[in-house]
Amino acid sequence: MSTSTLLAASGAVSGGEAVTFWILAPLALAGAIGMVAARNAVHSALWLVLTMLSLGVFYVLQAGPFIGMVQIIVYTGAIMMLFLFVLMLVGREASDSLIEVLRGQRIAAIGLGLGFAGLLGSGVYRATQGSTPVGLEQANAGGNVEGIARLLFTDYVFAFELTAALLITATIGGMILAHVERRKEDKRDQVATMKARFAPGNYPGPKPGPGVFATSSSVATPARLPDGRLSDRSTPDILPVRELTAEETTLKGTEK
Amino acid sequence: MNVIAQAPSLGDFGHDPWWLILGKIVFAFVVALLGTLLGVWFERRVVGRMAVRPGPNQLGPFGLLQTLADGLKMAFKEDILPKSADKVIYFFAPAISVICAVTALSVIPFGPMVSIFGHQTPLQVTDVPVAVLVVLALSSMAVYGIVLAGWASGSTYPLLGGLRSAAQLISYEVALGLSIVAVFMLAGTMSTSEIVAAQGSTTELSLFGVDIPAPGWYALLLFPSFIVFFISIVGETNRPPFDLPEAESELVAGFMTEYSSLKFALIMLSEYVAMVTMSAFTVTLFLGGWHAPWPITIWSGANSGWWPMLWFFGKVILLVFVFVWLRGTLPRLRYDQLMRFGWKVLIPISLVWIVILAGLRTIDDWDTQSRMYAIGIPAGIVLLAALFWPSRKAAPKPTLAEQVDNRPPGSFPLPPMDLQVPPSPRTRRMVAEREPANAPAGQDSEEV
Repeated sequence: MSTSTLLAASGAVSGGEAVTFWILAPLALAGAIGMVAARNAVHSALWLVLTMLSLGVFYVLQAGPFIGMVQIIVYTGAIMMLFLFVLMLVGREASDSLIEVLRGQRIAAIGLGLGFAGLLGSGVYRATQGSTPVGLEQANAGGNVEGIARLLFTDYVFAFELTAALLITATIGGMILAHVERRKEDKRDQVATMKARFAPGNYPGPKPGPGVFATSSSVATPARLPDGRLSDRSTPDILPVRELTAEETTLKGTEK
Repeated sequence: MNVIAQAPSLGDFGHDPWWLILGKIVFAFVVALLGTLLGVWFERRVVGRMAVRPGPNQLGPFGLLQTLADGLKMAFKEDILPKSADKVIYFFAPAISVICAVTALSVIPFGPMVSIFGHQTPLQVTDVPVAVLVVLALSSMAVYGIVLAGWASGSTYPLLGGLRSAAQLISYEVALGLSIVAVFMLAGTMSTSEIVAAQGSTTELSLFGVDIPAPGWYALLLFPSFIVFFISIVGETNRPPFDLPEAESELVAGFMTEYSSLKFALIMLSEYVAMVTMSAFTVTLFLGGWHAPWPITIWSGANSGWWPMLWFFGKVILLVFVFVWLRGTLPRLRYDQLMRFGWKVLIPISLVWIVILAGLRTIDDWDTQSRMYAIGIPAGIVLLAALFWPSRKAAPKPTLAEQVDNRPPGSFPLPPMDLQVPPSPRTRRMVAEREPANAPAGQDSEEV
């Protein structure tokens, strides 16, 4: 372990640690505030990523390199990425509205949040006041990772296993809820699909594209058969086959 | 110059003067940039050879400067900012990718302890007890570059590419992490320099009375992990056949569709730097790092001084060649095949292999007989199960005539089965009248 471990163990704050703290602490706070204040959900998520990254570096500074890296890999790399995955599906234009549903909830939330932070901060401050940190050197004696491994697989093995079982249960539960059961005979394999395609009564060729013989590129415009009839095979099932008015067939601007 | 092979340990880091640290950082950065410049050239040449064409050969010797020319041209292109783009994120997304890819090189050991202007120092920017996790963290952060580039472009194809890459990279990261666990178990450390040192010990392999020193490389000792790891990094770097996020036959260019000019250059840069970084990472974890391979180790000075850097980069180039080879050989996977392969093949194999390896490690200190029982009985059960596994009997295939007879009425008309198509007289005449397609090679048919 490097010098930062020893310094952290002795309770002293080295120059480098102080500099890093004073650079990253405002960034972490800005990330937290930005997460709440941002109107766009993806921007919120990115502000939170900033906070998480700063926290990861703080852990490394506090002689916990393993937990710092795991913070970045698991929280920033995997969990926030899954959040982002869902948020991206929501759409880019979806922003929070500024209308308050509950009157005065923002003021109340700010007040309560500040009060909670004050209580927590003062409580932690008073609890740690005057105490000298000990034991970090012993805990990190055989290496940080090895120390964590020893604790996880000796003293806390039961709690560890229980947490693992809980997570697995949650995962399997989620999978079962989202899983659509299809019986084996309901699944059509490639051979069966092809047989059905060429079975009598089914036209094997591609469907006519909508609007091919029409004046519009709208999907609602049906194709015309050679004898002039409209083909209902060319439009989506939910659209009725009908002649479109001139107004409907004019090209619509797609520019935003 | 020291002549003794000296593998650095964690204590050897953090004693360098500032100019040496700066020099090492610049070196790693130059390796990344040169790796890109030469990597693009190398890829185009090798894929060209595989497609029986010369590849770029006009600018500089062997066309070496082609990438430089392309890069310069790219810098002077118009930088397009789509109207519907999220400006700030659109601007920063390529930078995130590049920063993550280049930073990962800082924990890669390029060589052992060397003497630079009187300072004994390891050829590695830095090392931490969790160096491998640093690389994993950076590769998981690099996903943000791709995903945000796709999202911020504000159009459909990039968004689809970004979504694909988010799902793909997270899935393959799981397999990647699991395959590294085996290395941790054998090496007993997560620091890259110590993992390389752990692979330094050679084991004597007795074959027909001849002692062949086999390298203690984890690619040999942990072969399943190595295979899973390499497949995962191909997925992790978005290289073919796993280049779904930028699948040009489906998504134009995927997440980078809207990018142009220098921002596009940055995305290309990050892709190739990631390829070099991941190759170097594979060499570090599985191919013995800077240790010389067997025939060279006969020479006692092979693993000391500056020579190991040569072996290291030789192995990296070999792996980059494999990347290019895959691209030249394999067609792109379908998206559901990709996800199924990641979750249903790679991850289960890794998990089973880790359990087996943990079992083998546990019985390491037993006496020979109980070890035999512990290995032999499960192996026998698996063998018997494989032997007597009930196999499905295939239904007899109906003959062609039966199939034709069994067709329902109203089916598409078929020509008679014994139809003889007479050769068309017109075809013969046309062939005779045409000029030969391949003209004789002349002076000016030099490949251009």
